[in-house]
Amino acid sequence: MPIGGSKVGERLPGYRGLALKMLLEAGADIGDLIRIVKDNVVLEGILIPRSEYSDDKHVVIKSRSGYNIGVEITPATRVERIRAEMKPLFAPPPPPEQRAGLPKVTILSTGGTIASRVDYRTGAVRPVISASDLYSIVPELSDIALIDAEILFSIFSEDLTPKHWSAMARAAADHISRGVDGVVITHGTDTMGYSAAALSFALQNLPVPVVFVGAQRSEDRPSSDAPMNLIGAVYAASRAPFAEVTVAMHETPSDEAIIIHRGTKVRKCHTSRRDAFKTVNSKPLARIVNNKIFILANNYQPRDLERKIILRSEFDERAALIKFYPGMNPKIIDWYVSEGYRGIVLEGTGLGHARRECFPAIRRAIDAGVIVAMTSQCIWGRVNMNVYSNGRDLLSIGVIPLGDMLAETALVKMMWCLAQSKSIDDAKNLLIANIANEFSDRTVEHFEPPKFSRREGALEIEN
Amino acid sequence: MKIDYYALGLKVGLECHQQLATRGKLFCSCKPYLFKGEPEIIFLRRLRPTQSELGQVDPAAFFEFQKGMKILYEADAETSCLVEMDEEPPHELNREALDVSLTIALMMNAKPVDEIYVMRKIVIDGSNTTGFQRTCVVAVDGSINVDGKNVPIQHICLEEDAARKIGEEGFLIRYRIDRLGIPLVEITTGPVINTPEEAERVALAIGKILRSTKRVKRGIGTIRQDLNISIRDGALVEIKGVQDLELISKVVEFEVQRQLNLLKIRDELRRRGLREDELKGEFFDVTSVFRETRCQILRRAISQGKIILAVKLPKLAGLLGFELTPGLRFGGELADRARFWGRVGGILHTDELKSYGVSDEEISELRRSVGAGEEDAVVIVADKIENASDALKAVVERVREAINGVPEETRAANPDGTTRYMRPRPGAARMYPETDVPPIKITREHLERLRAQLPEPPEEKIKRLMSSYGINEKLARQLLDMEYDDLFEFTVKETNVTPTVAAATLTETFKALKREGVKIENLTDEQIVEIFKIVALEKTSKESIPEIVKWLTEHEGSSPMDAIKELGLTMVSEEKLKSLIEEYLDKNRDLISERKLGAIGALMGIIMKDLRGKAKPELVNKILREKLEERLKG
Repeated sequence: MPIGGSKVGERLPGYRGLALKMLLEAGADIGDLIRIVKDNVVLEGILIPRSEYSDDKHVVIKSRSGYNIGVEITPATRVERIRAEMKPLFAPPPPPEQRAGLPKVTILSTGGTIASRVDYRTGAVRPVISASDLYSIVPELSDIALIDAEILFSIFSEDLTPKHWSAMARAAADHISRGVDGVVITHGTDTMGYSAAALSFALQNLPVPVVFVGAQRSEDRPSSDAPMNLIGAVYAASRAPFAEVTVAMHETPSDEAIIIHRGTKVRKCHTSRRDAFKTVNSKPLARIVNNKIFILANNYQPRDLERKIILRSEFDERAALIKFYPGMNPKIIDWYVSEGYRGIVLEGTGLGHARRECFPAIRRAIDAGVIVAMTSQCIWGRVNMNVYSNGRDLLSIGVIPLGDMLAETALVKMMWCLAQSKSIDDAKNLLIANIANEFSDRTVEHFEPPKFSRREGALEIEN
Repeated sequence: MKIDYYALGLKVGLECHQQLATRGKLFCSCKPYLFKGEPEIIFLRRLRPTQSELGQVDPAAFFEFQKGMKILYEADAETSCLVEMDEEPPHELNREALDVSLTIALMMNAKPVDEIYVMRKIVIDGSNTTGFQRTCVVAVDGSINVDGKNVPIQHICLEEDAARKIGEEGFLIRYRIDRLGIPLVEITTGPVINTPEEAERVALAIGKILRSTKRVKRGIGTIRQDLNISIRDGALVEIKGVQDLELISKVVEFEVQRQLNLLKIRDELRRRGLREDELKGEFFDVTSVFRETRCQILRRAISQGKIILAVKLPKLAGLLGFELTPGLRFGGELADRARFWGRVGGILHTDELKSYGVSDEEISELRRSVGAGEEDAVVIVADKIENASDALKAVVERVREAINGVPEETRAANPDGTTRYMRPRPGAARMYPETDVPPIKITREHLERLRAQLPEPPEEKIKRLMSSYGINEKLARQLLDMEYDDLFEFTVKETNVTPTVAAATLTETFKALKREGVKIENLTDEQIVEIFKIVALEKTSKESIPEIVKWLTEHEGSSPMDAIKELGLTMVSEEKLKSLIEEYLDKNRDLISERKLGAIGALMGIIMKDLRGKAKPELVNKILREKLEERLKG
């Protein structure tokens, strides 16, 4: 399924105008050693591609010391090609030997930071590494599992759509029914929470775990969290006692513990930290420290290779997530109805409220057969629409309260329910049923891991 | 013996690293200071080697990973944010730091690049949380004049300082990240320096230019020199972290000595006919030889369950004890490598075993076990099997290099000017672009603006201070060295104080007070100006300055007027002085009648002893003379 992917680069990527003309005249290619003579200064270096968003007046060379510098090209500048040098090329080391007798794990690669490197077209990081590259870069994986890798897509997670969720679910189900011990899906972190929720609903009756994994620091840097996250994810996929859709990421800024979140309860809560993912309104499922799994929530579905997976991979994209804000124009709701949307998840204020001015529009939507459900923009806590009259009125209009479900999970579930149901009533019933631990009946004192050294299973520092 | 460094083909290049005195750090707004006390934030990391954009893995970087180190970072909230923790991408390059580095570049006649690319230089020893140091070339191809010689400046780079190492326990290194991200300017000279002494003079000249910007930090650890040293037939050796300017010539001398002695070892090995293929790297477990040994080190190791592993070094008998530089024998070089690659405590070899209490019988048994003859040396190491064999592999590799002379490597400077092995020399492969920081264009207008505000070059300023203010060269140089040159000019213009008084106070007086332990750095510029103001207004005498300064440094927030009141250093009025002098004359009638006008010297002594700081000596002398003449007449 070819969605996204990178363009095949032209001969001198990023160069335009005068700079391109001079380089072409000199017969220079990317990776050639060139000499630039300008105002009596002679500069030599390897020609490096240039970001396509940069201007057309500079040439970028890598000097002998390894530094890149940009040289402004004027009509008086002379460019000469000296000779060919090594081409910029990423050649991962050969993958380690696969050891027989280990559990089998499939790594499905979808893109994102965990699989990204420097892109000379844009000067930014971009997904290019295949799952087998990751395997060769993180050789420790060969001690944990027998790995089969498949590239599904190579795109940033913000470009993913519900169609991709369906494709991921089908691929995972396919590998699982062929008998693997677990599936790892490498994913961009921005929308990993949505995808994890989607597969939590789409993959029913799982016999083995499906573990999403991402990285907040790209793999090309020594401090990347990708290797440790990936090792943790493969470890969980191959050995965890549970068979659920989960997310594996750093628990803290330290390279100490990987925390396993449930796919329906997890949310990206920070733009850049390694521990950006948090389980909301619940406890995480497990923690992995030094290749040991510590279970934190006991109500999991156990691993059972005999269980037959049920695939429910369709999503109806005619559902929307609308964040209520002071002064919101009710016509926004009317617009969705007129566009043929079948479900609306409201992210209300506090316990699940919206402005009274919006009530007629909400009523019109419900009368038109649209399912309207309520979640809270507070993120933490559950909605309770019986406390204030505003909430009670919304309930009487027919808005469905969604307890402590995350707004993002609620949107995904709405899309799934609409696709899985023949009638509106069926869809409503499915929406309020607890399918994959998206609801929790009890909220206990906010779970916060104790500090560094005292934590259960914390890494002991060797001496 | 005097060494002819020219004949040896000595070539030295300097890399001078200077911290800039900016308000924030290079890629975030944290305070660029170090913190004391307990850390508020602690986190643990590991670093892995990566490939450069050219697809190569740097051997030095890979090696540091192989060592399997974990790093514990300490931080506080004032001096570090998520950027230093590598939990947030870098912010934009600090423009203030860029301007300072461009100013330095222009002062060194270097050509600023048209577009600056921030690079990542892979360093995975833990000194950077990211695993790389962010650095960029700001200008190339400059030169400075040092005593008539043109010294080329190859690069001027702007980079972030590294975290500071505060400890190491086994596999765990501790770093504080307060220093991480402080802007550094790096000045790289061409390898044109030919003598140890010249290296020091070039470093001094660079330091003066840097300080003339008034935008660089002062004090221990704010300027660090790396030296690239080679001699003919030797090798390029990079020596890192020379903090003391006066150590530079010594480091160069010792390195030349080390390379010359390594060449002697090479010649001796060739004479003995050692071939590379004779270095087999076969290791023998010789633990049983030492079961009953009286050597404490080996006994302890065996009782801890360690094994003793040995390797034969053919034809090396007697060479391991050969001294390369004071305190460093060739065996010490082998031990450095063994420690680095094998993480062992050290090695023992047949040239020294006896002094560690190993018996002759044990030595012959050891030789027998590894098949070594009298002309061979044997190295042993006690540790876990993996560490011990890594260590011996490194020892054999080092001997292999010795056949060819001097190995290229990175060494660290010791406080006495000798050096120790640090790591293999890193290559250009460890650089790749910092994609989180967009390239920065340097426009002509920007450069013109900086050019218009360039600080006066130090030598020109010294000449001008001498001619405009009539102070001598020594004082002028000291003013610049101590960075009081601007304050001096301001003070003289504002206060009418005599230039020589101001200059001598700011330099010699302050230096003397510092030696006494007075904290001159607590003094504000405003306080200094005020002191000169009241001296110029004759509210107190210049002789009182040391006392005032001392008092002010001990009484924070006080003014010099407070000081002279508290210390009783206010000037005595002329009226009062006249009557006081009368009293002294009355008290010393005998002296006067005996010596007549000749008593004036002794009287001056007596009076000034009491009135020091309260009266100008010239005025006392004048009144005394008048009064005395009066009396003698009458």
